Amino acid sequence: MNAPLKLGLKQRYSLLTSGLDWTPSYQPFEKIYPYAEFEGIKIHDWSKWEDPFRLTMDAYWKFQAEKERKLYAVLDSFAQNNGQMNLSDVRYVNALKLFLTGVSPLEYQAHRGFAHVGRHVPGVGPRIAAQMQSLDELRHVQTQVHTLSHYNKFFDGFSEFRHMHDRVWYLSVPKSFFDDARTAGPFEYFIAIGFAFEYVLTNLLFVPFMSGAAYNGDLATVTFGFSAQSDESRHMTLGIEVIKFLLEQDPGNLPIVQKWVDKWFWRGHRVLGLVAMMMDYMLPKKIMSWREAWEIYFTEAGGSLFEDLARYGLKVPKYADVATAEADHLSHQNWATFYQYCHAAGFHTWLPSAEEMDWLSEKYPTTFDKYYRPRFEMWAEMEKEGKRFYNNALPQLCSVCQIPMVYTEHGDHGATSFRVSDYKGEKYHTCSDGCKDIFDGEPEKYSQAWLPVHQIFQGNCGGAGLEDVLKWYKLNLGADNLQQAGSPDQKLWDEWMAAKDKVAG
Amino acid sequence: MSVVALDKQYADKVEIRDRLENFHGNQVVYVHWEDHLMFCAALAFPLPPGMPFGALVKEILPTYYGMHPDFAKIDWSKVRWMIDGIETSPRLEASLQDNGVGHKSIIRFWTPGLDGYKHSRS
Ligand SMILES: [Fe+2]
Ligand SMILES: [Fe+2]
Ligand SMILES: [Zn+2]
Repeated sequence: MNAPLKLGLKQRYSLLTSGLDWTPSYQPFEKIYPYAEFEGIKIHDWSKWEDPFRLTMDAYWKFQAEKERKLYAVLDSFAQNNGQMNLSDVRYVNALKLFLTGVSPLEYQAHRGFAHVGRHVPGVGPRIAAQMQSLDELRHVQTQVHTLSHYNKFFDGFSEFRHMHDRVWYLSVPKSFFDDARTAGPFEYFIAIGFAFEYVLTNLLFVPFMSGAAYNGDLATVTFGFSAQSDESRHMTLGIEVIKFLLEQDPGNLPIVQKWVDKWFWRGHRVLGLVAMMMDYMLPKKIMSWREAWEIYFTEAGGSLFEDLARYGLKVPKYADVATAEADHLSHQNWATFYQYCHAAGFHTWLPSAEEMDWLSEKYPTTFDKYYRPRFEMWAEMEKEGKRFYNNALPQLCSVCQIPMVYTEHGDHGATSFRVSDYKGEKYHTCSDGCKDIFDGEPEKYSQAWLPVHQIFQGNCGGAGLEDVLKWYKLNLGADNLQQAGSPDQKLWDEWMAAKDKVAG
Repeated sequence: MSVVALDKQYADKVEIRDRLENFHGNQVVYVHWEDHLMFCAALAFPLPPGMPFGALVKEILPTYYGMHPDFAKIDWSKVRWMIDGIETSPRLEASLQDNGVGHKSIIRFWTPGLDGYKHSRS
């Protein structure tokens, strides 16, 4: 009797990839890989690529299917047990709205980006890895939408997440970040998303959301986080392999890669400001402060990463020191922005309570009492007088990160940081040296920005009045937006809690 | 420096969305009250270039900044103005344009003695 032929993983992987890198004879190489060279990256030998996973397609499907089964079992029981009623507080749900409208659509963008790279990079190993990552990212958006759809049965602000992502002013921040990456060449995309975002910054996105979920009783979100975790470690490994490979292949690649690392570190840092305010202001039960997370995941982890990469000549991203100094201000400045513009936001805001302010003073001893506590106290007084402050004019936006120009001068945090560039006789405003450098590096690209405020003025967003624009956003006035207090979400929650108390007697 | 693009003609195909012609006769003007960060960023307005500078001061600023307790205390004769990085004394009766305010110009102003709620610059 013959035993069935069993191949080792290594052999199966080499069978999977062998022959995929044939030399074309009917068509010239550059017609098959039109994106391979214009960025100036030189690769001499693709066979030097060592795939760290050697994951075959059949093994991939098996792992993923197993994870899906576990996830959906948890989601079913969460729904059956009305898991939403065990949240720490209803305010927490706003963090999920921000995640679904701002982050989940990026998973889809990542899916498309990696599909493109997986087609256009000439090396077999990275091509397969990019295709698997592309499938992972599609799975991430799906599982996130499925998980959060349960909240959509009860709470406002979830149902039009996809539509909102393409239109709402602050969602142009994450959207334009990914649009920028996907319209770059395949190597820049790899560095932007694979290295800068997935490797350097991803822990600052996922750990806060997933631990935030765990601390606040959201078992469903914790579970999709776990389900994605093993994928993420693969993505991180791909990111680090790509950067090392590029740097090893040709010394001329270093300045190009350094420019991308500088750019995408800064862009990623700006997008993560949304996470900063989520951690410090939106979680009813806090995990740690943004400042502490930045210390652990960027200063320490990033520090040793860049020490390791120094042997290739790569330096710590430009303005990393500025980003670190800004960690004392970022969350406060962002929350203050949403507080005054939450009539045009798809989630609710509130002022921090006295205990929360004390926590913030303790976590931010050099900045909170000096700059931000007075601002919140002033607004609390105005609320008491029935004059809750809404900013009724539209803000100036940064031409690169598209965030309102709310950030302050490095060294003078009472003064707004203004930068301006001139391109073909037009002025382009940016919020920081980091964003200005990016603009000046490729003014042709950023001068085309679709800036939400200017688009409203041009009449391209449903009309001139707030109500017209909200309709165009599909944002339900009086339910999705405004204060947490008095919202339908709050009312429903209060009813649930009152009923719970009754049962408990 | 210039864009790295597959298409050699990329720069010629750029479509600038913020061109003056797209604003129906208005130009975008940014205004910023220094040391009052209760207003998180400079404010953006679409304004006719021929509008007198005085109309900006008398009509627009009170509408959007008036809720701040410092606003009523402003001594307008002492206000310091800066347009696109240059200190100037605008003529109130002259138009925005004649005062050097162009498309996407920024007007910053300082109100001496007033530095926000409890001197916090908010
Ligand atoms: Fe993902
Ligand atoms: Fe990922
Ligand atoms: Zn910016």
